[in-house]
Amino acid sequence: MNALTLWFHKTGSPPTFYRIAGVLVPWCYGIGLVLGLVGLYGGLVAAPRDYQQGDAYRIIFVHVPCAWMGLFAYFFMAANAFVALVWRIKLSEILAMASAPIGAAFTFITLVTGSLWGKPMWGTWWTWDARLTSELVLLFLYLGVMGLYAAIEDRRQAARAAGFLALIGIVNLPIVHFSVNWWNTLHQGSTVRLIGPSKIDPAMIWPLLTMALATHVWFFGSVLARTRTGLLELDAGKDWVRRIALAEGARRD
Amino acid sequence: MTDFLAMGGYGAYVWTSIAVFLVVLALEALAPGVQRRRVLAEIRGRVQRRATRAPRNDETP
Repeated sequence: MNALTLWFHKTGSPPTFYRIAGVLVPWCYGIGLVLGLVGLYGGLVAAPRDYQQGDAYRIIFVHVPCAWMGLFAYFFMAANAFVALVWRIKLSEILAMASAPIGAAFTFITLVTGSLWGKPMWGTWWTWDARLTSELVLLFLYLGVMGLYAAIEDRRQAARAAGFLALIGIVNLPIVHFSVNWWNTLHQGSTVRLIGPSKIDPAMIWPLLTMALATHVWFFGSVLARTRTGLLELDAGKDWVRRIALAEGARRD
Repeated sequence: MTDFLAMGGYGAYVWTSIAVFLVVLALEALAPGVQRRRVLAEIRGRVQRRATRAPRNDETP
């Protein structure tokens, strides 16, 4: 076995991953929190008022990063589900299932804040247009994956079934992303672009990107925290988990 | 300060959005801890049940 494969197997083994993740989780949450506070300060205080939407546009600083995270978390989930289905790697099953509730949370925030933004700007809380509907479908896909995972008794079978659903649902990702170009919609087009100049002032874009970074770091903190719990559940019969359970019980008594 | 809270008349929409963002993420961050305690308690229960069922069998720790 070469060094890389060895490293891969070691890191992927539940007790090792559990330990490494335990070190990383507080850092992710901490960095995410600090970046989030800086981003919110930038968005709510430092950034100037929009010439057209006034202060209502400030919802963008939570709405857009959460929307990106909804898609990113789905991609992360589907990629891990693919690895889990093809190579039967336990850790990937757990990682995929750990990202579902986080993605659902971000998608839920996106829908609610979008609604709160739509009411003053469009004059309606909700409309059945392409972007909004496909985003709602994204939330239902997350809920479907979580429900299927919870409904099957055997953890590994459950992860495989739910992972399969996650893979099928990936067809919705381009629909969400391109919906504003493919159909006439009330929702505005992309403001921030990776290729070509963004259609937003630098004073507004730095808080937006800071919030995006904050939510990404937060996501990984949460994925790792949930994966730790998932590994304990999966390896419940193993010695290393029993030791942790008894040690924690002793500390509580 | 009042100006800041008013958000040019959009205060209710902006601050509700921020609140939803913070509350949902806070709950999301608390969830794994709760789940973890539940899983570990369950495992302890299983270990204890096994210990009471076979008190003289010292094979398992």
